[in-house]
Amino acid sequence: MAAYTLPFEKPLLDLQNRIDELRRVARDNGVADPQDAARLEAELAEVRRQLYANLTPWQKVMVARHPRRPYTRDYLAAFVKDFTELHGDRLLSDDQSVVGGIGWIGERRVMVLGTQKGRDTKSNLACNFGCPYPEGYRKALRLMRLAAKFGLPIVTFIDTPGAFPGIEGEERHVAEAIAVNLREMFRFPVPILAVVIGEGGSGGALGIGIANRILLLEHAYYSVISPEGCAAILWKNRAHADTAAAALKLTAGDLVELGIADEIVSEPLGGAHADPAAAADFVREAILKNLAQLDKLGPAQLLDQRYGKFRAMGIFKEGALPPLTPPPLPEDAV
Amino acid sequence: MTLFGKKTVLKKARKRDMPDGLWLKCPTCNEMIFGEEQEKALRVCPLCGHHFPMSRTERLAMLADPGSFVEWDRDVYSIDFLGFVGEASYQEKLESNRRKTGEIDAVTCGRARLAGRAVALGVMDFQFLGASMGSVVGEKITRLIERGTAERLPVIVVCASGGARMYEGMMSLMQMAKTSGALARHADAGLPYIPVLTHPTTAGVMASFATLGDVILAEPGALIGFAGARVIKETIHQDLPPGFQRPDFLLKHGLLDHVVPRGELKTTLARLLDAFCGPLQASEPPEVPA
Ligand SMILES: [Zn+2]
Repeated sequence: MAAYTLPFEKPLLDLQNRIDELRRVARDNGVADPQDAARLEAELAEVRRQLYANLTPWQKVMVARHPRRPYTRDYLAAFVKDFTELHGDRLLSDDQSVVGGIGWIGERRVMVLGTQKGRDTKSNLACNFGCPYPEGYRKALRLMRLAAKFGLPIVTFIDTPGAFPGIEGEERHVAEAIAVNLREMFRFPVPILAVVIGEGGSGGALGIGIANRILLLEHAYYSVISPEGCAAILWKNRAHADTAAAALKLTAGDLVELGIADEIVSEPLGGAHADPAAAADFVREAILKNLAQLDKLGPAQLLDQRYGKFRAMGIFKEGALPPLTPPPLPEDAV
Repeated sequence: MTLFGKKTVLKKARKRDMPDGLWLKCPTCNEMIFGEEQEKALRVCPLCGHHFPMSRTERLAMLADPGSFVEWDRDVYSIDFLGFVGEASYQEKLESNRRKTGEIDAVTCGRARLAGRAVALGVMDFQFLGASMGSVVGEKITRLIERGTAERLPVIVVCASGGARMYEGMMSLMQMAKTSGALARHADAGLPYIPVLTHPTTAGVMASFATLGDVILAEPGALIGFAGARVIKETIHQDLPPGFQRPDFLLKHGLLDHVVPRGELKTTLARLLDAFCGPLQASEPPEVPA
């Protein structure tokens, strides 16, 4: 897989190709590493820094979906010690699009779970491109109940385009599975931390997203609908996804501003996929810091803080409705 | 279906005899139904039982004892806080829907008597922006549930929703969390909650308070599901089975307790509340309108 695959990364790809070409020519002629290559490498780093410091919302969505971006299992492997995966919803199956288990982060015992994408065709078929079936949410619920029983904090990693839209999902009531998780997650008297590591796709993400703290990676997004889906409905054209992405206010920065996200976790230069080990360090540090802060709250306070946090979400006015402006002509369609 | 026993009084009509608004064609049996006839019959086709759309006023009249409904939080209204501009701006959409319906947003909530028993009652209205759930819908439903908990009232919500209020971005999604959290507390207080799913109930409302009932009821013919049929088709490249996301399908697959025709809804709710809460106490004070 190429290092740079996103359309807006073309300048980076061009520079990389020139560097590779210089090196190849030098090697073929048996000369030392050319100075031009070193200079271009510095230029590449600077262009990359500039590019990633100024990503548009739609570019961030593309980074969040980058095929080389670290997924839940990568973070588990990077910093969850003695991880024991737990399988199955005890009802029907073991949905591979949700992975979870118990282990240690630093000196802390934790229940970690998250949505899981695949990296190739085979793994993507196994975990359904990160789109859970109802069983995924029920498996997550089972694990979270275990956490509550044993007093373990819960850490969820969110990275899903959304719950899978299919016949089986409707037959087995994916909506109910998500709704039950929303309700039950307000009842667990242990700290809950939700970390959006890539895509926060609507209700399918929220289904493991009720938490005392919501963290977003710098280039992750969290949205009520995919930009493409929104563009198809409101602009009647999926090609307006970039406009929709901006309008939806779905970036980490937007969501902190709206009071939905609590913290932005920095990504390494060029995004988490440019240096997964560094990204994992940042995520681990953020988890430990936030769990330490939540230690100050007792069980009842954790529940109240969680309820109060979501209870406050919503922007509206109360009082007399301002007079309607005269109807436009011709009468607009609804 | 012989629910209303009015088959004989129905006149067949010729197209040219039909002044606008007086006659309606039933999409199920294709017969022309006299508007007044249909209105008296709770907007149910007297010939085949098809359930036509019903206004929130009609729904309140159908469920609340006469004169018992006291509205709560009427003056909560939506604002275009993201400055969202699609083909039309959110503000324009809000205003055109307010003009069209004479309502402020997509839900009406309050206290009512249902067969004598005080209940917290919410009615969603598909006519207003497809009963999409934005901050106002989420806030009013949450307050309804919270007040139900505080005043120890059963909560009944007549649900409908075509999807998220995209114009409110993530605030729209978060209303699912808020309402579900309020229901956790209402349930912990040992109080009954019954959603009634009407045509159509989908998406975020479906994945929150619509499916968290102690008992879940649905109206005949309602479209009920999480994902839209078009999205599913485009994803799986397969035709959907007949009756997909309709009440009989959901009854068979175990989501619903009952599919209840409108004519039986109030008595069904009253019977359930009697069974859950015990028979109504004669000492319960009469409703005092605010
Ligand atoms: Zn009919």
